Amino acid sequence: MAHAAVRWRATWADPLLLPIAVLLNGIGLVVIYRLDRNTPNSEAAPTQLLWSTLGVGLFIAVLLLLRDHRRLQRYAYVGAFVALVLLVLPVFFPPVYGSRIWITLGPLSFQPGEFAKILLAVFFAAYLAAHRDALALTGRKVLWFQLPLGRVLGPVLLIWAAFVGVLVLETDLGTSLLFFGLFVVMLYVATARTGWIVIGLLLSALAAVGVGWLSPHVHSRVTEWLHPLASIGAGQGANQIAQSLFAFAWGGQLGTGLGLGHSSLIGFATKSDFILATVGEELGLTGLFAVFLLYALLVSRGFRTGIALRDPFGRLLAIGLAALVAIQVFVVAGGVLDLIPLTGMTLPFIAQGGSSVVTNWVIVALLVRTSDLARRPVPEEDA
Amino acid sequence: MRFTRPAGTNGSPQGLPGISTTGRRAGTFCMLLIVALALQATRVQVFQKKELDHNSANQRATIQRYSQPRGNLLVAGQPVTGSAETGGRYAYKRTYTDGALYAAVTGYSSQTYGNTQLEGVYDDLLSGTDPRLAGWAVWDAVTRQQQPGGDVVTTIDPAAQRAATQGLGNQKGAVAAIEPATGRILALASTPGYDPGSFAGTSTADQAAWEKLQDDPDQPMLNRALRQIYPPGSTFKVVTAAAALANGVVTDIDAPTGAPYPYVMPGTTTPLNNDTGACDRAGLSLDEAVTLSCNSVMGYLGVQVGLDRMTAMARNFGFNDAKLDVPVRAARANFDTDMNESQLALSSIGQYDTAATPLVMAMVAAGAANDGQVMYPQLVDKLTKADGSQVQLMHPTLYRQAFGSSVARQLQQLMVGVVENGTGRNARIPGAEVGGKTGTAQHGVDNTGTPYAWFIAWARPAGSAAVPPVAVAVVVADSQADDVTGGGLAAPIAKSVMQAVLGR
Repeated sequence: MAHAAVRWRATWADPLLLPIAVLLNGIGLVVIYRLDRNTPNSEAAPTQLLWSTLGVGLFIAVLLLLRDHRRLQRYAYVGAFVALVLLVLPVFFPPVYGSRIWITLGPLSFQPGEFAKILLAVFFAAYLAAHRDALALTGRKVLWFQLPLGRVLGPVLLIWAAFVGVLVLETDLGTSLLFFGLFVVMLYVATARTGWIVIGLLLSALAAVGVGWLSPHVHSRVTEWLHPLASIGAGQGANQIAQSLFAFAWGGQLGTGLGLGHSSLIGFATKSDFILATVGEELGLTGLFAVFLLYALLVSRGFRTGIALRDPFGRLLAIGLAALVAIQVFVVAGGVLDLIPLTGMTLPFIAQGGSSVVTNWVIVALLVRTSDLARRPVPEEDA
Repeated sequence: MRFTRPAGTNGSPQGLPGISTTGRRAGTFCMLLIVALALQATRVQVFQKKELDHNSANQRATIQRYSQPRGNLLVAGQPVTGSAETGGRYAYKRTYTDGALYAAVTGYSSQTYGNTQLEGVYDDLLSGTDPRLAGWAVWDAVTRQQQPGGDVVTTIDPAAQRAATQGLGNQKGAVAAIEPATGRILALASTPGYDPGSFAGTSTADQAAWEKLQDDPDQPMLNRALRQIYPPGSTFKVVTAAAALANGVVTDIDAPTGAPYPYVMPGTTTPLNNDTGACDRAGLSLDEAVTLSCNSVMGYLGVQVGLDRMTAMARNFGFNDAKLDVPVRAARANFDTDMNESQLALSSIGQYDTAATPLVMAMVAAGAANDGQVMYPQLVDKLTKADGSQVQLMHPTLYRQAFGSSVARQLQQLMVGVVENGTGRNARIPGAEVGGKTGTAQHGVDNTGTPYAWFIAWARPAGSAAVPPVAVAVVVADSQADDVTGGGLAAPIAKSVMQAVLGR
């Protein structure tokens, strides 16, 4: 059905995007179902299937309703405002696992930060597209950097600072890292100012040290990252990172086979944050590479769309969305593989989490929409 | 990854790179992130695999190990072990058909406390990880096929084992019985015993059972037949007699040995006392001295043989061997190698620092029975796969040629005398020829401890000239009996064990 929608409303869209999304979503469902069988009274897979269906529904809806991505440009500031509200809301709800990122309404709970990231990408794309010349060309030169004018950069920095502030307050390190990464990538792509990357990295390093110093939650994450096996030596047993590494190692090159691993030893969050450990243990390095390859294809198709497009907004949007997926995969997978400190986030399409799946389907819908325009052989009149 | 250039032109003012270029760079950066993930995954899953798999906190190896029934230990073709489903994370735990009876043979296999003795030595085979069990090693590695655990076929004779355990009863002690011609161990008993199945799992009941056994002052988990050494007392006189005969110190067992009475130990003013008045005269023959268990004569003969030759003879039976593996390692039996003559005299009657495991004393009897050929004691006949096909067959091997057959014949004659006319009369078996030697060893401060009652013996059907089918050593320690003597307490146990073997 989604395919029909693509054929009908986005005939020239990139033919790889939808199959990759379906495949990743399918892998996720299978692994969640497999983990369900290890956890008594757990019905996560049917729920996830429901959310996936909703996600595909939204995918179709986006394709049908949004005939041209450029219309989104008009709603950039509204989007940014809504995103901010979505991010602030969870502060008023009780924290879950040390992070205030959930909104709980009766039986339903979702992570507004997931939806906010699309809106933020749209806002960045629209704003940078409109002001990129000003950002790139004006400003004073300090040392060998060209610093932009305050009044141009101001709104962006303000919005971004608000986001990161909220996120740090909610102790959701993963999402703030994601937004920061997105911001830096899009800024660079729009203005080609390498100096900003350096400034961005310096800022982030400062922020990281500051947060690591102040927040015990983050501090312990960093310690666990540097010494994943230390708790064993201290006689406290293996922590989640260590258990995750054990799972990956046990999988080896070929894996144990689905259902034959013991990733349940990781404890909680096996189906969400740590789902990649199950993939690694039961499908092995081979399966893991296949998954990474799918993400790489998805991301590269997104970038390719962005480069092929002609309107600055569309280009930045496609690149931003693709970068979003790439950074999120890196942050999550890097966390469970002990490459970077662990931050609670979901692996796009595979991990359990309704908000995440729905959001990612919308991202793919937008990529399909933009790619349709990018690959259309003869630009239409309104293009 | 190639990104196509855009069809249209896009503003790259001031010569700054346009979005096409920066986008391509950002795309490359994102690809590098994913490549970094792949590299890290390779590092963890390939290069650190071994280290992580064997981490003490990683339960996977343990889970896998207990995911299938463990191979069995067999006695006379019947398994004396089994496996039971636990319903827990460790799927199967060890069970024992008659745990207390065979504990000294099997050892234990516990999910909490590890594996010992045969369960420990052949753990790889029993748990299925022994490479000799694999059919197609490479294919099995790819499919992660687990091999069913193999079986260990023991040499134990269930009748002899039961006779030994029942004979010891409530007394603290041990029995080791050997087939002299092959070295096969027929019985290995230690009391008080324990049920190795009582702590095989991981429950609190298992833990309580274990702690109770550990705290028991009687040390029920000590394998006294293999792992505990006792002063052998007069049973060691068989070794001294063998040394005297083999080295020509005594040539005729019925002629006077030349031992004086009283025998004052060299370098001292202390005479070596006898336990019986019948020994208190000069001119005794070796036959009389062994039959009556005369300390003065045997101490004198030990000194005549000399330290080096006494040590050499003791070594022939496993003394001073720290690596006597049957394949469970036995404790090192001791005969001092650096002593003065009075110490040598005491050592020659099984006192001073001389101490032996029941296994080694059974080897003494077996060596005498098997024409001086001491066979390497072994507890296992063969190892098999789960389907019964052979993995390894144990062949009888010679441990030491202790002396020639003429010395052996004389020694046998001496030992038969002990049972027929001397201190070992309780071991007489109708229709069988039995040779033995008693021992009552002093121990404790000023010899105040309850003496160890010893008896070593061999037996064969009457009129047979074949190698006796059984040799046995019995030690009873801390008995409640009033009059502790080897002949009174230990000989009847040895007799019932030998009867069980002869009655097969």
